[in-house]
Amino acid sequence: MTPAAPSPTMTSEKPGPPPPVVAQQTPLAPGADVPNKVEVQDLNVHFRANHAIRHVTLSVKPQTVLAVIGPSGCGKSTFIRALNRMHDLVPGARVDGKVYVDGKDLYARGIDPVLLRRRVGMIFQRPNPFPTMSIFENVAAGLTLNGIGGNHAEIVERVLRQAALWDEVKDRLKHAGTSLSGGQQQRLCIARALAVEPEVLLADEPASALDPIATAKIEELIHELKEKYTIIIVTHSMQQAARVSDNTAFFYLGELIEMGPTAQIFTNPRERRTEDYVTGKFG
Amino acid sequence: MNLHSSFTYRKVVDRGMAVVCALCFIGAFIPLISVLWLVVSNGAAGLSWAFFTELPKPVGEAGGGIGNALVGTLYMVGLACVIGLPLGVGAGVYLAEKGDGTIGSTVRFMAEVLSGVPSIVIGIVAYALVVIPMGHFSATAGAVALAILMIPTLARATEELVRLVPGSLREASLALGVPNWKTSLSVVIRTAMGGIVTACLLAVARAAGETAPLLFTALNNQYWNLNPSAPTASLTVAIYNYAISPYDDWHSKAWTASLVLLIVVGLLNIASRVLTRSRLKGAR
Repeated sequence: MTPAAPSPTMTSEKPGPPPPVVAQQTPLAPGADVPNKVEVQDLNVHFRANHAIRHVTLSVKPQTVLAVIGPSGCGKSTFIRALNRMHDLVPGARVDGKVYVDGKDLYARGIDPVLLRRRVGMIFQRPNPFPTMSIFENVAAGLTLNGIGGNHAEIVERVLRQAALWDEVKDRLKHAGTSLSGGQQQRLCIARALAVEPEVLLADEPASALDPIATAKIEELIHELKEKYTIIIVTHSMQQAARVSDNTAFFYLGELIEMGPTAQIFTNPRERRTEDYVTGKFG
Repeated sequence: MNLHSSFTYRKVVDRGMAVVCALCFIGAFIPLISVLWLVVSNGAAGLSWAFFTELPKPVGEAGGGIGNALVGTLYMVGLACVIGLPLGVGAGVYLAEKGDGTIGSTVRFMAEVLSGVPSIVIGIVAYALVVIPMGHFSATAGAVALAILMIPTLARATEELVRLVPGSLREASLALGVPNWKTSLSVVIRTAMGGIVTACLLAVARAAGETAPLLFTALNNQYWNLNPSAPTASLTVAIYNYAISPYDDWHSKAWTASLVLLIVVGLLNIASRVLTRSRLKGAR
């Protein structure tokens, strides 16, 4: 387990050191010359002796959805959490490599993780509304806790509408956030993340704790949010990846095996392991 | 064993266990009820407005109350809160948030040892720390003794309560770009606040019921006193004095003072429930 050069499997498939791979992996969409919103170069995450993410390099265009798929324990969540420096607080965690958002390296010296997290919002696997706060207070939490002024009532209504929750909660904004159903709570958490106006949204299996109807609503929502945000979504479900994403990245044992347009990953992957995974031979 | 007999067997065991549990409950309840019954039946007769408002009278004189002791208890417990609550809660928050290092484990160990120290020992410590340097017994000395009693249990309780707050709430707040300190204060501790208030009130109730630490720190006083450097009466010491006296009149006063103390502690428990009730509709 040495954090040395890229592993043999990677170099054999994609020649050369990690950086040049980027251009090759970027989907050739009409707006292919748009600068990348998120660019990851040779990212490594260690938890003490455990090398959890190995030499990952990829990039995401603005207003697209990237799905991160792979079997359990392959480092999907670890990867996504590195993108808003959530590992900073984990004792023994070490991140190296570069993560650029709008060309700025998140791990460069002098970058304040607090300010960064306002630009890179996150939605978690389990809905986690603040239990001491009402629905309204939950949505406005990012504003009040950060001392951001403005017309909170207006912002709360707008983001609740964006999260397709307004009609269900408009008459009971003073009720506890935890009084909602699981699917509603998750949309509440999405609204809460949107209220601080992030540019990138990270979603860590946002629908895995929800029933199919709530899941469909969240997926529909991600589709709509794509108009404004750049979204990176970790998912267990390949069907979900196929439904919501423009590009898909397949992770296995901490490595990025393959990334490309979603249709291509599912129908004509370059890598054998990707094909085995998406056809259900393991995972 | 066929299906039918095993089903009957399970039903019998189920009934049997239910009966055993009910008997245990009754067994645990009898002492509680008898304490309550004895205190109320012996003490209720002496309750009057004068009992709450008047000073004690000398032996042989009818009437008189424990007004000074009631005020003294509230006063000293109040002073102890001023010292003990911030220290106890603050130490607990520190232990939960930053207490994984050597300092943390040392403090935690000390708190555990300290919470097991008998209260009379704490009284002696307060005597040495406060009474001897001041040269006389005082309300301050009593309050210090009560505060020392409150701090370790409160710190451990606060630590446990803060640690119980799910890490996902902290992450949710950090992901909104809320700084670490603000996340601790406004999300983590705020979520644990209901429990912390309860822990504080229980610590206060326990302090209000202590006699040993007050015996040679605050001593006693036959008159009203709100001077922090003068000896002060307290309900518990008054009960003690009345109960060991040879006079029937004082014995009944001891019962009535006990009833008053029970009422004070009961009110604190009710207050903790009211205060920690969620203000939100539909809260779980």
